[in-house]
Amino acid sequence: MKDMTEGYTTPDGRQIGGVMMEMKNITLRFGGVVAIKDISFDIREGEIRAIIGPNGAGKSSMLNVISGFYHPQEGEVWFHGKKRPTMRPYQVARQGIARTFQNIALFEGMSVLDNIMTGRLNYMKSTILDQALWWGKAEREETENRAKVEEIIDFLEIQSIRKTPVGRLPYGLKKRVELGRALAAQPKLLLLDEPMAGMNVEEKEDMSRFILDVNDEFGMTIALIEHDMGVVMDLSDRVVVMDYGKKIGDGTPDEVRSNQAVIDAYLGVSHD
Amino acid sequence: MPDQLLFAMEVALNGLMAGVMYALVALGFVLIFKASGIFNYAQGVMALFAAMTVVGIQKGQVPFAHLINAIFGTHIHYFGWNVPALGAILLTVIVMGLFAWVVNKLVLKHLVNQEPIILFMATIGLAYFLEGVADLMWGADIKKLDVGLPQGINGYIDETTFNLFGYGFFIDNLDITASVIAAILVTALVLFSQYTKQGRALRAVADDHQAALSVGISLNFIWVLVWTIAGCVALVAGMMWGAKSGVQFSLSLIALKALPVLMLGGFTSIPGAIVGGLIIGVGEQLFEFAIGAPYLGGATQNWFAYVLALLFLVFRPQGLFGEKIIERV
Repeated sequence: MKDMTEGYTTPDGRQIGGVMMEMKNITLRFGGVVAIKDISFDIREGEIRAIIGPNGAGKSSMLNVISGFYHPQEGEVWFHGKKRPTMRPYQVARQGIARTFQNIALFEGMSVLDNIMTGRLNYMKSTILDQALWWGKAEREETENRAKVEEIIDFLEIQSIRKTPVGRLPYGLKKRVELGRALAAQPKLLLLDEPMAGMNVEEKEDMSRFILDVNDEFGMTIALIEHDMGVVMDLSDRVVVMDYGKKIGDGTPDEVRSNQAVIDAYLGVSHD
Repeated sequence: MPDQLLFAMEVALNGLMAGVMYALVALGFVLIFKASGIFNYAQGVMALFAAMTVVGIQKGQVPFAHLINAIFGTHIHYFGWNVPALGAILLTVIVMGLFAWVVNKLVLKHLVNQEPIILFMATIGLAYFLEGVADLMWGADIKKLDVGLPQGINGYIDETTFNLFGYGFFIDNLDITASVIAAILVTALVLFSQYTKQGRALRAVADDHQAALSVGISLNFIWVLVWTIAGCVALVAGMMWGAKSGVQFSLSLIALKALPVLMLGGFTSIPGAIVGGLIIGVGEQLFEFAIGAPYLGGATQNWFAYVLALLFLVFRPQGLFGEKIIERV
């Protein structure tokens, strides 16, 4: 493996920076079940990092550890060079880590616009009274936030459904709105839990394009979990492979593809 | 105009005013139900507790006087000062905020993700606990609430209508005040929930807890906020009802009157609570006037609202404004 202490350059010429997030010896147990066993890896500024593995490998658990939904029994999470204390999910979000969910968690009763607007909540600083009466700082703030949200709506090509209640949208569009809400928070790190699960080929292509553009245009660091091997290999700069809660591979897509342990995990191995 | 019609109009008008009072109580339920899916059985007791606290603070009563006296053998009951009405109300708002914080800390926080029925049971427990605390804190005697709310028949309306129709309408000043306050309260709540950051966060929490957490909303903060607001609504309701019929334990039963209002208006709609309250207020007065008193021997107000609610349950279970329940298969 290459020495990457000072970052590296991807095959397509993008410059990847230093370590943004580092997971050190993470172990997560649910009662007697070990979901994650002593896993370490890092995520670097500006890269697209994938976590892959067969069903039940502990990928989603890992994402939940990063976003503060689960708290590991052992190990440390380092973010921007500082050890992170045990944090509630909303505190993690306020630190600049946004996420989407495997089975979509949107505010079904609200419009697309309002949903994406909730991503801006932490950018609103004016007082309750100002906001309710549309006074002073509140008006400027709301205008700024709306502009940002409109930018995201344009970017994701969902102008035509801005005012539609999310509950009425088809699955693929919901996924896109959820991505929009995460983007609205302008996170330092974007976590995507199976962004392409349940999509058809065309929707997958759209989503891949959005993910690449988010990384390219906004320079956003992305960590994603995905089942579809083809997609992962095309999208990501580096890949962590998990199986039964253990890390069995870590490296560029090419390195991972030729890793015997990974091949065994995915294709099965005979035990004779 | 024939006398009967004028009389009916007066009855309907008084019904509207009574409806506002029902709506005030229902509002507190809607707020908490919307934000956390909890049917807060304690809402009525909260109204009682708030009203008692206002009176207690105003009169300079020593809280838990009986308890203190029993333990230390003292005989203190009053501090010997009087707090102005507005001051007492503001202090009560703070007390309701503290109450919200304690409820969240001791009860709700530990019941996250539990079944609605468990949360409902918890609020029943809370209701009787709070009733006991209220008793211990301020004493069980019937209190007179006097915060300077205008009372008695409104002379101006009486006179004007008499000059116009030759028949004077009797409308209570307290009812008019209640309507104005309710209107202000509802406007404030709607502005809050539609246009403020906290309001948006509240709607988000109401919709999906996980998603709310992921955009940086603290569930605990929102719940304390919602319970505080519901406490303030209970305070207003308690004061209005208390001014009308004295601050006493039967006040907590107004919660039962809010149930049919909620079934009519829908459990999740603020306008629904208002419209539902008005319909029931007017409906029960007119029904009594037109059918109840002449044909059924009167006192139909006691059950009319519930029958109406039952009909709604059969034909429109989500209420007038509630979210429609559609299960896709």
